[in-house]
Amino acid sequence: MTTLDLNGRAVSVQSPDDTPLLWVIRDELGLTGTKFGCGIGMCGACTVHVDGRATRSCVTTVGAVAGAKITTIEGLDPNGQHPLQTAWIDLQVPQCGYCQSGQIMQAASMLKDYPDPTDEDINASMAGNLCRCMTYVRIRSAIKLAASRIRGA
Amino acid sequence: MLKRIVIGAGSLGLACLLVFLALGWRPVIAPIDPPDRTGFPTDLIAKGEVLAGAGYCAVCHTRPGGPTLAGGTGLRTPFGTIYSTNITPEPETGIGRWSLEAFARAMREGVSRDGSHLFPAFPYDHFAKISDDDVKALYAYMMTRPPVRAVAPANTIPFPLNIRLLQEGWKILFFREGRYQPDASRSAEWNRGAYLAESLGHCSGCHTPRNSLGAEKTADAYAGATIDNWIAPALTDANPSPVPWTETELYSFLRNGVAPLHGVTAGPMSPVIHTGLSALPDADVRALAVYFAGLDRAASRTGAVDAAVKDALARSGLGSTQEYDPDARLYAGACMGCHYNAGPTPLAVRPELALNSALALPEPTNFINVVLSGIGRAEGGPGLVMPSYAAALSDGDIARLAAYLRRTCTDKPPWTDIEKKVAVARAQRTPNRD
Repeated sequence: MTTLDLNGRAVSVQSPDDTPLLWVIRDELGLTGTKFGCGIGMCGACTVHVDGRATRSCVTTVGAVAGAKITTIEGLDPNGQHPLQTAWIDLQVPQCGYCQSGQIMQAASMLKDYPDPTDEDINASMAGNLCRCMTYVRIRSAIKLAASRIRGA
Repeated sequence: MLKRIVIGAGSLGLACLLVFLALGWRPVIAPIDPPDRTGFPTDLIAKGEVLAGAGYCAVCHTRPGGPTLAGGTGLRTPFGTIYSTNITPEPETGIGRWSLEAFARAMREGVSRDGSHLFPAFPYDHFAKISDDDVKALYAYMMTRPPVRAVAPANTIPFPLNIRLLQEGWKILFFREGRYQPDASRSAEWNRGAYLAESLGHCSGCHTPRNSLGAEKTADAYAGATIDNWIAPALTDANPSPVPWTETELYSFLRNGVAPLHGVTAGPMSPVIHTGLSALPDADVRALAVYFAGLDRAASRTGAVDAAVKDALARSGLGSTQEYDPDARLYAGACMGCHYNAGPTPLAVRPELALNSALALPEPTNFINVVLSGIGRAEGGPGLVMPSYAAALSDGDIARLAAYLRRTCTDKPPWTDIEKKVAVARAQRTPNRD
């Protein structure tokens, strides 16, 4: 049994230690905002925060993060009003939407390291988050809009 | 004539055997009634706790998931597997009936209470250097731990190497007893670091290569070695990392498990830092950093640090543009999101691969191990988790990543036969430590 802090709530997990965190979050704990994409850490759809840092939950076992603070898209902001989320809505970023929770979680982690990212910073930090709808241009704009709103706040 | 030679040689052989037996014989030290736990002063126990951390006794003497200090961890040596013993004060299966004298003899001379020789997997060649006061404190700490009834599995050392009396030969060849002798020409801090490193810390147990009889090659002290399927890197100025291990970097690494200009601890070093050295006060960790920064002559090599960092960061964004290089695409997809650094200095939470020790080593061993197993939350640095790519990437993919990073991040010669080495590492990984 593993204990985690999931979105500010203490949870006990019954899944074996070698279970991918993604399946614990989706199947055992019932939060389905985090998506399964490739299952091999190559697409970014499953990105969550572990102790505040973007991590691919499909290749991270629950045993490796025992005791950690896990944040999913549902817990990024209590009202769904994180500056990235509002920028995403304002610029109508998603098309099909499947990759977007991973994109937002990856971007939120990056903005803590680089509050005023350049195009290169965004390209490099978001390189592992794929979007089959090719919304990359709007993703980059929304990250910059959110970054400027956070810096201005 | 021949008869006389045979008799003469036979007598000589017998005499030698008798001398060897006499040299190798050690008396039993009488068992005692387990000492009253309340008889040890609390400050002595507290001091022993810190020292037990410096020697990270619990790392070897605790089976994964098992009760602390109750033994049972298998150490794979070229001679067979040796299982650590129960050093809780349980009277029948632990050291509950050991007097201070018996404990001190084991630590200093590698002899069990019953008079049998211990194998040097137990680093008594280092512990011989521990001061008398520190041995007393360690004894007080061990004798006040919760007693656990546990018997270690039998060692797999084959006959005749399993004859413990033969260890006397090893001792004659390689073991010199003696306390740590301070170097009066050095600072008190350096001497403290040297004492901790050379005695309790037994750092050279992993970081110094061993000869065919398993003894440290003292002429190659800290030249680096392979142990437990990991490379324990050189701690001298032969260490190949692009940036020297300065006192600052060493302190950060030994205190927190992460050095911004070298990377994150992994493998067998992780528990040394996180379950061992974590008991030490900052001053002792600083002393260790001072000692090893002296050993690798960091102070005389810091001139190139800025250039090395700048060079590394200039490569950090490689692969993020639209050039078509399948290896770069693989790196960008799997690694870059976490490892990219914008500069001007790399962030400890984004381990910069162009500065990373694992990529600079002569073999890809550590790189492969980390990609396969990841780094769990309790293993690396604070707030850092690396996923395991064992199920995600094939041997060929990991080999491509290793070759790509070696090629683009370092100026070292390419690694060879990487894919085979990945396959070997993957096979070794499956059975976890016994």
